[in-house]
Amino acid sequence: MSHPAKASEFLEDSAKSKWHDETLWFVRDKRDTISKTIPEWEQLRELASRIKDNVLANLDNYLIEFEKNAKANNIHVHWAKDAEEHNNIVLSILQQHRCKAIVKSKSILTEECHLNPFLEENGVEVVDTDLGERIVQFLNQPPSHIVLPAIHLKKRDISEIFHEKLQTEKGNEDPTYLTHAARVHLREKFLGAKVAITGVNFGVAETGEFVVCTNEGNADMGVHLADVHIACMGIEKIIPRRKDLGVFLRLLARSATGQPITNYNSHFRSPSPGKEIHIVLVDNGRTEQLGREKFKNSLKCIRCGACMNTCPIYRRSGGYSYGSVVPGPIGSILSPGLDLKKHSSLPFASTLCGSCTDVCPVKINIHEQLYEWRQEITKDQGTNAKSISMKIANGIFAVPFAYKVSGAMMRGALKILPDSITYSGLNTWGKQRDLPETPKETFKDWYKKNRS
Amino acid sequence: MSSRDSILSKIKAIPSEQKTLPEIPDFELIGDLKELFIQSISGNKGEVVDQAQLKDFLEINRFTKIIDLSNSFQDLRTLQLPEDSHDLADIEVAIIQGQFGVAENGAIWLTDENMGLRALPFITEHLVIVLDEKSLVDNMHTAYKKIGDQHSGFGLFIAGPSKTADIEQSLVIGAHGAKSLRVVLANL
Repeated sequence: MSHPAKASEFLEDSAKSKWHDETLWFVRDKRDTISKTIPEWEQLRELASRIKDNVLANLDNYLIEFEKNAKANNIHVHWAKDAEEHNNIVLSILQQHRCKAIVKSKSILTEECHLNPFLEENGVEVVDTDLGERIVQFLNQPPSHIVLPAIHLKKRDISEIFHEKLQTEKGNEDPTYLTHAARVHLREKFLGAKVAITGVNFGVAETGEFVVCTNEGNADMGVHLADVHIACMGIEKIIPRRKDLGVFLRLLARSATGQPITNYNSHFRSPSPGKEIHIVLVDNGRTEQLGREKFKNSLKCIRCGACMNTCPIYRRSGGYSYGSVVPGPIGSILSPGLDLKKHSSLPFASTLCGSCTDVCPVKINIHEQLYEWRQEITKDQGTNAKSISMKIANGIFAVPFAYKVSGAMMRGALKILPDSITYSGLNTWGKQRDLPETPKETFKDWYKKNRS
Repeated sequence: MSSRDSILSKIKAIPSEQKTLPEIPDFELIGDLKELFIQSISGNKGEVVDQAQLKDFLEINRFTKIIDLSNSFQDLRTLQLPEDSHDLADIEVAIIQGQFGVAENGAIWLTDENMGLRALPFITEHLVIVLDEKSLVDNMHTAYKKIGDQHSGFGLFIAGPSKTADIEQSLVIGAHGAKSLRVVLANL
């Protein structure tokens, strides 16, 4: 299903979609406020972008350096060319340890690889431990936002599912009450798990360490109680030096939620005595994206979600309308690289306003890449309705007489066009929008009367 | 070819223009470090207290399961560090010595040497970190300079208690980890 079709489903509950829009804008606003307290904010973005440029230009060398240092620290390093290999590596580690139940903290990569259903098919119970992820897992849904996985749900939805799964009081919607019920439930899972899986925010080539950031502390509760820690990492998550963390940790949480830093920022360098750390380095389409000159900068992404919070389309259409693991503007430039046919409507789910590019902490030119993907897709699909109307417009603007005549016609048409045409299925932009009231005369006529 | 070699050779085959790794300049934070640090901790929903306030907190709540690794409050210690992290499940208060704090965001640096068991600062119901006032630095750049090439198996920047806003963006303190963070700024 295309983005517009799924967006209409989301918009059916107008109160909820209004809340979604306003709440994400509030998060965006917090990001603005905190970024303005840092005089060097723009310099930090520039530095982060240039560090990532350097990484992308030397990725093979940094990966080799990272592997060498991680191995020297007694970390097991695995390489996976695609999702299938990644999943098999994880399963084989679990089988070696005869592990039938794991806890997992937030990892977009494991979502991308569909690790949970794979492990479940192989008899492993997977418990997502981030509160938002646990909520959507109870509902058999994927996350709808990469930082705020359950942002599409209201507390009454969560109260209902917790009543069913955790036997909380029926109708008790108090967030503190519900969170503490989840705390008790997950505490038991943490204490029982032999293997814990986490994602990775940054892998440092110079030291072979990797960093995981959370506010809940769920990644750490999992890995420090388990015997084995498996960290799943996309190959683009490498940064060269430890001191580069100073730049990225200053940007990440401020961009994501408007807080100065996440409350837990864990640097894993070697396992505790008697324990194991495995790291799985995953390609899964990243090298292809790196080879696309116009789109490779999308690999700089540090997954803060700022582009989603600011996007007028994302806020009003919800994460599920994108039908991709990473939704929103950044998802709309990453996903076509993975499956162009499936995700061909995503680069059009944008007004090209450029707000995503303005807030991106690593200065990815997101809106320009959206435009570039549109070119690729229309090349692929030939002429469509919108391009015909653009051609007509081109003709009109080129000839002054045609412009004058068509202006009068449009003012007439706007008045008499029945809603059935304006709001028809052919015009997705008509949804949730009213046509403006038309002026009685042109500016030119008005000027003649009043100024000459 | 192994997946490792095929990934690396695919990357190598992509023509790329050399891009210089930038040096990170010194950025300064203007203001009183102690004041800024206290503000940051309270923004992160932690609390900076003095020794007397800490003693009151422990006495009023009549905690009986207290681990102290800080060497500052030995008279309050009721338990020794166990061997297995799972035995920390019922710990009420953990008191840990922090290495230094960062004024811009309230982050406090801890390593294996401070934690004893890595699970301790997370699994404890309440966390107390003792910090030398003179150890405060301005920002994360200075912080990583201070860490330098220090080699520890596990390092942690901790900035507040466990928190979440996953239910309708309502902030709740005490998601999975410590339900509170108290920082004792000591003038050692």
